[in-house]
Order: sequence, then structure tokens, then C-alpha cells
Amino acid sequence: MHRFANPSRFLRAANAVLPWCAGLTVLLLAAGLYFALLGSPPDYQQGETVRIMYIHVPSAWMALFVYGCMAAASASALIWRHPLADLIAKSAAPIGAGFTLICLLTGSLWGKPMWGAWWVWDARLTSVLVLFFLYLGYIALVNAFDDPVRGYRAAGILALVGVVNLPIIKFSVDWWNTLHQPASVMRLDGPAIHPAMLWPLLLMAGGFMLFFVTVLILRVRGEIAAAKVRNLQLSLARG
Amino acid sequence: MDRLGEFLAMGGYGGYVWAAYLIAAAVLAALLIASLHSVRGQEARLAALRQSRRSIAEDDA
Amino acid sequence: MTRKRRRLYAVLAGLVMLGIAAALVLTALRDSVVFFYSPSDLAGKPLAAGQRIRIGGLVAAGSVAKSPDGVATRFTVTDMKADIPVSYSGILPDLFREGQGVVVEGRLEPGGAFQASEVLAKHDENYMPPEVADALKRAGRWKHADEQPAK
Repeated sequence: MHRFANPSRFLRAANAVLPWCAGLTVLLLAAGLYFALLGSPPDYQQGETVRIMYIHVPSAWMALFVYGCMAAASASALIWRHPLADLIAKSAAPIGAGFTLICLLTGSLWGKPMWGAWWVWDARLTSVLVLFFLYLGYIALVNAFDDPVRGYRAAGILALVGVVNLPIIKFSVDWWNTLHQPASVMRLDGPAIHPAMLWPLLLMAGGFMLFFVTVLILRVRGEIAAAKVRNLQLSLARG
Repeated sequence: MDRLGEFLAMGGYGGYVWAAYLIAAAVLAALLIASLHSVRGQEARLAALRQSRRSIAEDDA
Repeated sequence: MTRKRRRLYAVLAGLVMLGIAAALVLTALRDSVVFFYSPSDLAGKPLAAGQRIRIGGLVAAGSVAKSPDGVATRFTVTDMKADIPVSYSGILPDLFREGQGVVVEGRLEPGGAFQASEVLAKHDENYMPPEVADALKRAGRWKHADEQPAK
């Protein structure tokens, strides 16, 4: 567990994986886009608008997954003081916020033609909006202190507090009456989605996941360099 | 041409579908560009700092 | 107990407390978290006159009709146990049809009819190509008895 907590080891491993991740991201997204836009049938109920699903649903999964990663990294930073964990959490936040934004906007663009409303305050939509603000709160807090360690502490606690929101988002459609329909893919009795539509969805999800890994590696590299710059400046200032 | 027009129209929902894809592409591209920009900036600063420290060390020697 | 251990337990205890607090709050606020009531929920609910509510259910088969003045659409929202007649003047969402899930927002009138100011369509979690839906219906394996596929 501590093996990759060492920044130079992490950098070596990350740089080795990076081109593969970037290449696979492009491949998966290209294949996913082809199937999402051309190689898949319209839906029996929703016609062509179902194509919005191929970005809406993967971005929703990523919004939750990235938050989970961010919270896990924050927890291991708070508990075990892994030097890299804070950097990973801080680097993941803007990516997660981006996915959440995509999820909210594409959901709105899907809701208008199908439901008849851009937005409703049902439990699913509201809890995802809360997730977006948790990301923004984390980003604001982590940058709010002159001493980065205090920023990581405060933002890490916020990230952990926000974890309660994850099961609320996931199960909101089962616990309460919502306008949003229940889960189609991640359900106990198997997906309620035709294979011709499941494949493009999974390809896009894979592409989004690798996009996350690629950008995360880049950002962590930037954070490691920034930390080294800070240390060098401090040591130079001391002479 | 007709097939392209039909494809772009998305059964009358073209505006919604294409807007969704464009927004997703814009957000992801912005994330990637901002990240690349900041990594390059930080790594360049680090290299410059190391360079200057090395030259200071050489001056001292 | 090492400091790491102590911090681990503190974080775990904090998360458990937070979970309990969230569960309590959400249970207490249950009524405001639900987006709509079903027609049978409504039967047992004392409602203030003119109170705005949302009702969700299926548009009963064969119930959709234009009112004589040609402006309002009348239909029945049902959950198979209770029915509520709804009247609405405005643009209906594209997915609106008989057998489709809807959420209507508006006021219950003294006569027991519901005057809707907004109609939202609710679709289910099943996605499939139109041909598959047709084939399922032909084979009699369609789970949603009175639902019609889109044109």
C-alpha cells in the first residue's frame, strides 16, 4: 500500500502508463462515439434522444466514482498521512466537478424533450446538484489557505462528510418517488437495457474512466512539481 | 446529403442531442487543456529553479 | 493505541455518526423529499383546499380526451388502485400518451377533479430498439400491459 506513496516511484509508474491510458482513451471514445451516434438503434420510447444517455450516464457514474476516489484519498491522507494522497484528492476534484457538470447539463438537455422540464427538484437531481457543490466547496477550501497542509486537512474533512451523499444519490430513485427513473444497468436482476445500447454505453464509460486516469496522472504530476517548487523556494529563501 | 441531414436532425431532437455532445466535448477538452497547461508550467518552473540553484552552487564553488 | 489507529477510529466514528444523522434527517423530511404522491396515497391524505401538489401515475388507457372547448385535455391518472381525473391546458410533453407514466402538478378542486398547471412525462428504466419492443409485444412477453411504443 505504501509502495506508490513515494512520489518518485509514483512518477516512474505514472509516466510509463500515461501514453497507454491516453491512447486507449482516444480509441475507446472514438469507438464509443461511433456506436453512440451511428451504430446503435433509437429507443422504442425516446427515439433519438436516447443518444444523450451515452454521455449522461457514464458522466454520472464518473461523478460518483471520482468522488469516491477523492474521499478515499482524503481518508488515507487524514489517517495514514500518505504524502501523495492529498495530491491525488486535490487533482481529482476538478475532474469530478467536470463530470458532474456534464451529467447535470446533458440531463437537462434530455429532460426537456422527454419529461417536459429542464429541471425538477426531485431527490435524484437535487442530490447530484449537491454533489456538484461539494466538489466546488472542496476546490475552494483546498486552495483557501496559505499553508497547503491546512487546506488539505479542511478540504479532506469536507470530502469525507460529503460521502453520505453518495448512497443518497444512488438509492434516491428507489427510496423516494422521483421523476428520474430507477437504475437501468447497475441493478440486481441484470441490466434493463438492450445489448445494442449497452455496448456503446460501456465503451463510453470505459473512455471516460481512462480519460479520468490520464488527466489525473497529469494533474498529480503537476502537483508534485508544484510541491517541489515550493520546497526549493523555501530552501533558497533560507539560503 | 439527405442521409447527413437526417443524421443531423436526430429525429427532430438534433438541437438537444448535439448540444449535449458539444457540452461534454467542451468540458472534457477544457479539463485536458487546463491540466496540460498547469503541468507544463509547474514542471518548467521546477526545471528553472533547479537550474538556478545549480548555477548558484557553481558560483559558490 | 497508535496515533494512526486513533485517527482511523475517529474518521470511522465520524462517518457512522454522519450516516445516522443523515438517515434521521431524511426520514423526518420524507414528505418533502418525495417528488409526487400516487392517487392512492392521496385518498388517505387530508389536503388543504387549493394546496399545490404533484400526483404521479399512469395515464389510464382510453381516458385521454379533448374537452368540448378544445383547449383543455382531460385524462385519468391511475395507479391501478385509485384514479384521479385531470384537466390540463397547455403543451403536453412528447412522451405523453396513454399507458405512459406522468407526474402532474396542480390543485385538487372541490369536485375531486385535478386542475394541472404542469404535466411531466416519466419514462421507465427499460431501453430497447423499437423492433425489439414490437417483437416482445407480438410474443406476448410485454411486461407493461397498456404501454404503446413511440412512432
